[in-house]
Amino acid sequence: MDIQLKRGLLDVCVLAAIQNKDSYGYQMIKELKPYVELSESTLYTILKRLETANMLTVRTVEHSGRLRKYYHITEAGRKRINNFKDEWKEILSIYRFITKEDDENA
Amino acid sequence: MHKQEFLAQLRKGLSGMPQDDIEERLVFYSEMVDDRMEEGLSETEAVSAIGTVNDVVSQILLETPFPRLVKEKIKPGRALRSWEIVLLICGFPVWFPLLIAACAMVLAVYLVVWSVMIALWATEASLWVGVLGGMVSAAIFTIRGYGLTGIVMLSAGLCCAGLSIFLFFGCKAATKGICRLTRKAVLWMKSRFVGKEEAV
Repeated sequence: MDIQLKRGLLDVCVLAAIQNKDSYGYQMIKELKPYVELSESTLYTILKRLETANMLTVRTVEHSGRLRKYYHITEAGRKRINNFKDEWKEILSIYRFITKEDDENA
Repeated sequence: MHKQEFLAQLRKGLSGMPQDDIEERLVFYSEMVDDRMEEGLSETEAVSAIGTVNDVVSQILLETPFPRLVKEKIKPGRALRSWEIVLLICGFPVWFPLLIAACAMVLAVYLVVWSVMIALWATEASLWVGVLGGMVSAAIFTIRGYGLTGIVMLSAGLCCAGLSIFLFFGCKAATKGICRLTRKAVLWMKSRFVGKEEAV
């Protein structure tokens, strides 16, 4: 898959993992595992990128006697997800056009 | 391997990267190990689930922009003294062209490697043109009554087809190999900038 496309997809995947409820790193990896294999270093890079772009915020919470970072989606992050949905509607219609001939021949 | 050992080795492997970045990553990995342990894994199992230190360092290096590593490496650990600044300015006509030459050399090597690839694919394309030419000329010669020449042209076309199929797999493997080599070269260059300092 094209690297830029994959990068964009992963960003939205991570945002989607926190769109309903704040989450932490390991929880995100577990949640995304059935859909996409994400290493810790990749997740870290994505989270930093999204934080820099103000698409999520981080807060540290005490948990079982240690600190754990929770990630919270911002309005900009939600907007990114919505933009992604709109973009993909367009891409899907192009995909349908491309595969139309194959479907007709099948 | 235990968590503290893993984190110490990771710190050593990443030394040379921005200090705040290292600290943040260590906190992140420490949290990942703790969360796995909370799920019932033993400490060593939790650490091994993350991967080896070398794998983690390689992955981090690949994801860290090259300019960031260079910037951190050339950043002086202390304020430059006056004589050092003067030396830098006076030496500019020497070190700057050398730096440019080194960068140009790396770029030239990279371009040469890809030129070879382009040449290979161009050969592949020309062989297909040969196939087409062979078939068309075979048909023309046969129609005009030069049957033998037509057969020769057809054979030449088929030879080109055989060679192009053979070369296609070679080109494909070579392109993949060059991409892998480029990735390794980038990783090697990046690793020159980290992991040499002692753990703090």
